[in-house]
Amino acid sequence: MGPGIIEALVYIAWLAGAVAFVLGLIRMNSPATARAGNQLSAGGMAVAVIATAVLILSRETASPDGINVTGWLIIGAGIVLGGGLGLYTARTVKMTAMPQLVSLFNAVGGGAAALIAIDDFIGLAASGASVELRIAVPTVLDVIIGSITFTGSLIASGKLMGAISGKPIIVPGGRVVTLGLAAVAVLGSLYLFATGQPNLAVLVLILAASLVFGVTMVLPIGGADMPVVISLLNSFTGTAVAMAGFVLDNPVLIIAGALVGASGAILTKLMADAMNRSVLNIMIGGFGGGEGTETATGAEGGSVRTLGMDDAAIQLAYAQSVIIVPGYGLAVAQAQHAVRELAELLEDRGVTVYYAIHPVAGRMPGHMNVLLAEANVPYPQLREMEDINPEFARADVALVVGANDVTNPAARRAGSPVSGMPILDVDHAKSIIVIKRSMGRGYAGIDNELYVNPKTGMLFADAKQGLAELVTAVKAL
Amino acid sequence: MNPEVGEILSALTIFVLAILCGFAVISKVPATLHTPLMSGANAIHGIVLVGAMLIAAAAHDFISQLLSLVAVAFATMNVVGGYVVTDRMLQMFRKRQAPAAPAPTSEAEG
Repeated sequence: MGPGIIEALVYIAWLAGAVAFVLGLIRMNSPATARAGNQLSAGGMAVAVIATAVLILSRETASPDGINVTGWLIIGAGIVLGGGLGLYTARTVKMTAMPQLVSLFNAVGGGAAALIAIDDFIGLAASGASVELRIAVPTVLDVIIGSITFTGSLIASGKLMGAISGKPIIVPGGRVVTLGLAAVAVLGSLYLFATGQPNLAVLVLILAASLVFGVTMVLPIGGADMPVVISLLNSFTGTAVAMAGFVLDNPVLIIAGALVGASGAILTKLMADAMNRSVLNIMIGGFGGGEGTETATGAEGGSVRTLGMDDAAIQLAYAQSVIIVPGYGLAVAQAQHAVRELAELLEDRGVTVYYAIHPVAGRMPGHMNVLLAEANVPYPQLREMEDINPEFARADVALVVGANDVTNPAARRAGSPVSGMPILDVDHAKSIIVIKRSMGRGYAGIDNELYVNPKTGMLFADAKQGLAELVTAVKAL
Repeated sequence: MNPEVGEILSALTIFVLAILCGFAVISKVPATLHTPLMSGANAIHGIVLVGAMLIAAAAHDFISQLLSLVAVAFATMNVVGGYVVTDRMLQMFRKRQAPAAPAPTSEAEG
């Protein structure tokens, strides 16, 4: 086979990979076909990567320089290193820590895209040739977008891990710095476009400004909004990859990158809609304690009623219907199994039990469903917010385990940092039991008015331990 | 038309059509699937591995070799980790669905 035919076959294989990505994403829209869709997408990826190896090999055998052994060693070492790290972390991560891992994978993807453009630009600078706009524009955009996602996703990941405070970090004059960095990147880019010279110093300046911009963009945003930020940065990475495709004149990078850029943008909007927030509003930041928002008033005024374990057990065991409201605190305490045990025990006593799932329960939309599914909680017991909210008025007991901001009635009023966020109507239940370690605040950083509601009894305990003691107490009745 | 101009225009055409395609593939997704879908899309942009391999093969000086090594490692981590973690999430959905009687809305009156 001549090299021309191999190039054509490789191109077709790349195209097949791109088709697999599109069909895979379509299947991931529905729970029944989602897993097969993801596997199809992975298959397309394997085909595209193998085809690339074939292309490199065929070009090298045809060229007088022969095989670039170092190049292959680099590819092999990189794949073993990155693949091993990716496989290990993806398989061992606890499902509770999964959002920050996705953000980390997004960071390295953006980093790789930026490195491709940097490498290309260094090559141009060394040759001293002038840079045409058709190369200069995607190169600069790739460097800017790729580096913003790299540092931005790392910060988002750090916030979710707790390595960086989840609270919005507002530095005085931070906005000015962010705008200044954006101006540096834009002016530097215009300079490169206008002169057509591959000026490495200017590119380094743009790179540095973009890296810092990623940090200052994400730092002022509260931890509760991180899912939307991660999704937006995911869309950015897609765009950066498409730009890398323009730099290398590679169709599969352009198609897959644009696909993720666009679908990621739609998904970001869907996620923001689920929280009743606009993407712009989130990116401007200041949610939760920042930007002059005051601590919600009213909560300090009321008094908190503490509940004993036996009282709580009696309330639950003699109720007709109980709605369990699981939150992130339940997940970090690994109490999914304990809560299922309690629910089964109550059902055996004839109590109707449902779980109320807030769209953003856990750390990401759909995260809580994954966690409860892992603990074998039956699917029909899980109720989405719109379905369960009218039921609270009829429920004898609402048992809140580790959920905070999503139950705060302050969200119904204006003037609170959580205002407008859809909440579960827990306060409509006849009585409320809250299992919580302390009166500590949730991600939004405000007090929860639910805790001072006269109907509410607080059970101060670790979620797992508290549930286990409740199980024992109910059994003893 | 200058062939180079034609080349960039056809690349631009591919780009625009792929964007439209990306808008179209996300329909009304249940909130439950937002996280896996994002994670799955995250794995797809790991396709940047193809680009990283191409620059590694063309690398002849130390700087390029170093940059391309990091790029290949980063991109592979994105691909492998992205697909594996998405599969882990979706595996649980299937397990949950098997014994379930669907149509949860109809029994809301309980």
